Amino acid sequence: MTMLGDRERLSYIASQAADARLNVELETEGMTLNIGPQHPATHGTLRIICRLDGEQVVWAEPSAGYMHRGYEKLTEVRTFPQVTSLVNRIDWLGSFANEVPFILAAEKLMDIEAPPRAQHIRTILFELSRIANVSLFLGDLGVQLGAITPVFMAFRDREYVLNLIEGATGGRFHPNFDRIGGLKDDVPKGWIDETRSVMKKLRTFCDEIEDLLFGNEIFQSRTRGIGVIPKDVALQYGLSGANLRASGVEYDLRRDQKIAMAWDKIDFKVWTHPDGDSFARCWIRLQETREATLIVEKLLDTLPAGPVMAKVPRIIKVPEGEAWVSTENPLGEMGYYVISKGDLGPFRVKIRSASFNNISIVPWLLRGVYVPDVITILASLYFILGDIDR
Amino acid sequence: MVNQLSSTDTPIAELPGDALRERAVDQLRSELGEALLDSLVKPGDDMWVRVRADAWREAGVALRDVVGLDYFCFLSAIDWMPSPYGRGEDDPTQPQAERDMTIKQGYVGGDTRFQLLARACSISMHFGVTIKADIGDDMTMPTWIPVYAGANWHEREAHEMFGINFAGHPDLRNMYLPTGFEGYPMRKDFPLLARMVKPWPGIVDVEPLPGEPADDAASDTTSGEGGES
Repeated sequence: MTMLGDRERLSYIASQAADARLNVELETEGMTLNIGPQHPATHGTLRIICRLDGEQVVWAEPSAGYMHRGYEKLTEVRTFPQVTSLVNRIDWLGSFANEVPFILAAEKLMDIEAPPRAQHIRTILFELSRIANVSLFLGDLGVQLGAITPVFMAFRDREYVLNLIEGATGGRFHPNFDRIGGLKDDVPKGWIDETRSVMKKLRTFCDEIEDLLFGNEIFQSRTRGIGVIPKDVALQYGLSGANLRASGVEYDLRRDQKIAMAWDKIDFKVWTHPDGDSFARCWIRLQETREATLIVEKLLDTLPAGPVMAKVPRIIKVPEGEAWVSTENPLGEMGYYVISKGDLGPFRVKIRSASFNNISIVPWLLRGVYVPDVITILASLYFILGDIDR
Repeated sequence: MVNQLSSTDTPIAELPGDALRERAVDQLRSELGEALLDSLVKPGDDMWVRVRADAWREAGVALRDVVGLDYFCFLSAIDWMPSPYGRGEDDPTQPQAERDMTIKQGYVGGDTRFQLLARACSISMHFGVTIKADIGDDMTMPTWIPVYAGANWHEREAHEMFGINFAGHPDLRNMYLPTGFEGYPMRKDFPLLARMVKPWPGIVDVEPLPGEPADDAASDTTSGEGGES
């Protein structure tokens, strides 16, 4: 260290003071905050790089890709029936729902349709995976805001739904139960009664969460008016599912398209919320979970008899063509653009997953918010890492 | 509170038929003229259009403003060259098999190996349009970000997976691959190395149908990769 003379020391102090005054008058020095890849708020390995000015985010960029598994490439070397075991793992909390659009796309290309009973059971399992998925979101939401109780209740009650899925398909997380032309099996004996009683339990769970969380003053003040997404921005970014409906867009692919599933056989409500803030997104998901239990009950009431498998050849060759099928998955619109060249396997599969679009709005949405709100906004957008990276 | 905030109980919308799709084709033709190269409406299913590469941006604007497709669905690309490695079922110790390498495009045709593929939908009219465009040898296309902001990440993905450049894109960094990764994984001539070092056990995949006896069929070869999550 060099010794400074009095004069230099004085000028050094003066320049430091001038710098400090400048900082006070103009702006504080920016800081880069790195959230993740290992952070509880990121549901896996999403990294968010935020540049802060004081407590405010001035720039944010999610960095995905820590879980990229190359499913689009892998589908090109598999046969059509084998692809379901891959796509199961895209959104692993609602696995069965991932299989359905792919199978429907293959069925569309082959020009076959599953028998009515298979369509019904497919829809029931689809809604069950929605309940299993979103109930975990409702519990996890509390953890993000410092409430520990809801997550235990969510894990407790999700277990009943997973048991149902296991009872019907044999797999808790990755059922791999959907087949081109129908389902692998019928549901076991006693499953229908069991499902009815579980649906009642899940509605109680929804009521408990609504009391505990949604009526809570802290929860409301942390989410109301925070992270508002206007309708036109949501549409431009291709947000889907509850995120879109929370911005006041009444769009639900269960209702708004012709599809070989049983949703058109029953009546159900599409929930929307005009606010577009974090609260609205969470609230929509709560209502949809409750609605899903009602859908399951209505479908069980109208379950037709008959076979669960159409006549399909043992070795499945899908005729040449292109097909796009998307469904309203727990996270939003999930679709497959399948190109077949008449071979055993697909030529190209484009997987359009909901979270990829839902999270691409983050740089826009996080600009100007405060650091603690980053966590609630990310939680309310609700993404699954496997669904972003595929 | 619940009833006040909830949406109205609108009845299930009567799904419009192919008239909307035909109208969309007419609108695009009057908007783009010669640049609309081909179109296909499959009754009761879906519609495809193909535009010239230089009209890609104008086609997007026309879709959004004239046809009224307000919802951006996805954007990606297709490599129409058949894979020189087939479906990875070759014995790696044998010389490579001869394959038919003629490039044959799908619906609405095409002239080039790579095609851009995008889809936009209408929330109120309940239909969508799949739009394609041939990509020339310079592998450069105009960006769609001014049309649909959500195209940003999709273009980044197409850039790193297919090597397509998007003129005007502010930030074509890699999303998935490490910086400096060489090659474009979704191109058909990019080998899937895992398949080359170890043959895939699931090539013969015959599963007995429900009600059929599980006879000699190799039914236990369908297991996928290890469980994640």
